[in-house]
Amino acid sequence: MLPEYILRTETLEAFYVLDIFGEKRIIKAVNRVSLRVRENEVYGIAGESGCGKTTLLRALFAAVEPPLRIFGGQVFYRIGNEEVDVFSLPPERKRKLRFEYIAYIPQGSMSVFNPVKTIRTTFLDVLESHVRGRAREELLATAREHLEKLGLPSRVLNAYPHQLSGGMRQRIAIALATLLEPRIILADEPTTALDVVAQRAVLDLLEEVQKRLRNTVILVTHDMGIHATVTQRMAIMYAGKIVEEGRTEDIFSSPLHPYTQYLIRSLPRIGDKTPRESVPGAPPSLVQPPPGCAFHPRCPHVSDRCQKEEPELLLAGNDHYVACFLKGG
Amino acid sequence: MEAVLVVKNLTKVFTLGSLFSRIRLTAVDHISFTMKKAEIFTLAGESGCGKTTTARMILGFESPTEGEILYRGQSLKNQKDRWSWFREVQAVFQNPFETFNPLRKVEEYFFETVYNYRIATQKKEAEDWIDEKLQAVGLSLEEIRGKYPAEFSGGQLQRASIARALLTNPSLLVADEPVSMVDASLRMSIVNLFRKLCDAFAVSVLYITHDLATAYYVSDRIAVMFRGNIVEMGKVEEVLGNPRHPYTRLLLESIPEPDPAKKRKGKVVLFEESEEYLRRGCRFALRCREAEDICREEVPEEVEVNGVLVRCHRYRKT
Repeated sequence: MLPEYILRTETLEAFYVLDIFGEKRIIKAVNRVSLRVRENEVYGIAGESGCGKTTLLRALFAAVEPPLRIFGGQVFYRIGNEEVDVFSLPPERKRKLRFEYIAYIPQGSMSVFNPVKTIRTTFLDVLESHVRGRAREELLATAREHLEKLGLPSRVLNAYPHQLSGGMRQRIAIALATLLEPRIILADEPTTALDVVAQRAVLDLLEEVQKRLRNTVILVTHDMGIHATVTQRMAIMYAGKIVEEGRTEDIFSSPLHPYTQYLIRSLPRIGDKTPRESVPGAPPSLVQPPPGCAFHPRCPHVSDRCQKEEPELLLAGNDHYVACFLKGG
Repeated sequence: MEAVLVVKNLTKVFTLGSLFSRIRLTAVDHISFTMKKAEIFTLAGESGCGKTTTARMILGFESPTEGEILYRGQSLKNQKDRWSWFREVQAVFQNPFETFNPLRKVEEYFFETVYNYRIATQKKEAEDWIDEKLQAVGLSLEEIRGKYPAEFSGGQLQRASIARALLTNPSLLVADEPVSMVDASLRMSIVNLFRKLCDAFAVSVLYITHDLATAYYVSDRIAVMFRGNIVEMGKVEEVLGNPRHPYTRLLLESIPEPDPAKKRKGKVVLFEESEEYLRRGCRFALRCREAEDICREEVPEEVEVNGVLVRCHRYRKT
């Protein structure tokens, strides 16, 4: 039987281990995260900076290098009809899966490309390491064709990264990631450094690619507006944990976790000048997260139980999960 | 109403390229606006539209090629004493972690400012003054004492940098993208703070941003900039509620709205910056869906429609 989820994690724990003057510090960036992502959907992950979104993506991509270490849990990819535990794969197989099966668009379009090489060289590097026994000319034609399919000018292949604008570089990064038509695309804040118009062009391209390939996109951003327009399902992350998950419409129309409620209520909208409040307090430290529910110092509904016990992520509605004692926990 | 800041025909030309192939790029092209007392005025537009260059000229980091900046009738050019200018005009920058040196304690900046501007000479006096300003932004001297920038969250540090700007009792704050590096959950606390400073202490704020949603929420008037020109300027409800310039409409349509029911319509076309800067006629004509022949030939004049200034050929003087 075909497994339901194309990508799945089981109580994944990815911590940074830092050694500061002989004193060991552990930063719990991804703490017991269980994620289920389906085929042909855009899945969003939201949360403030330093909540572990980027670390989670790196763990999903199996790009785990010190000081980041996996302390527990698994990541499964569905390849063909079977599920594969990624961390148990040999490095050669993992390398082969990258770009072909799963692609990663890192944060910040400025640093993606090698500044002393033309875009053409970067594209050829990727193609030559994955496609065997083909002439350079053929590979170049593939790259050109791919760019044109996405509506990007193929003359950018001759350019150096600094000759292109941020929006163009980001769109080329997307083109590069999708060159081998991967089944899963991980996009980390693809629009953060861009202004609104360039941001929209990048999102248009990402949506277009997803529709054409009918694959899965996992989109990480702190901008709730982008989640509302692009994603079908989404998760809210807080202090290394997922506190709410569900269909994007449900999250926006009936947020269950107090943190999500704050996030959505504080969004300014054009045409509405009623006062809006930020979440009180400051984001928690991941070195020493608050005991119990990590959100309890900022929560208006806090009770004794929240300070001692940790709520589990439980089903609270139609495909809607929440980790809060108020909703059963 | 008394004008705090008057900007008249402000122009900045940058020269690009080598000795033999010079390109003159007009980053800011004859812009004029007036800021009143206790007003939040937004300068909005995409990156590379000249909004930061304008802010740098107002702060005196960059000298204008042409035009004037008058603060209460006084020009920055004639100001022999830059201290008295900075006493009145203070800046808040985009990234608070870059504003403060990571190896210095945050409080040092506060004491330095107080002593340099001779606001206080005694330690106790200085502490009281600093504490008062920190209280205004929801912090206290106790909270920041002995701490380095890395020990603050982005929102806290940005509030500290606003408090630092308030030390000289300025009447104008120039805030360049003050919330774009602040966490979404804390963004509104900064924006609300500007409103409070404006209402309670009669501070005017020049709010520079590309985020139209917070601009609408907080500001009184707005100027939309495109490639060095102000293309539309007026009351924020009027400009964003009833946009007249096609560029303002494009900006509004591009905003991802926090409402899953409203999906986006149509696609956008992007051009390289210099291509548009060097065009004759209206600089937006390349992308404009409503462009006519005249738009490609002539630069549009500024026209007033219902109290809003618009620079577009569709609104001609009649």
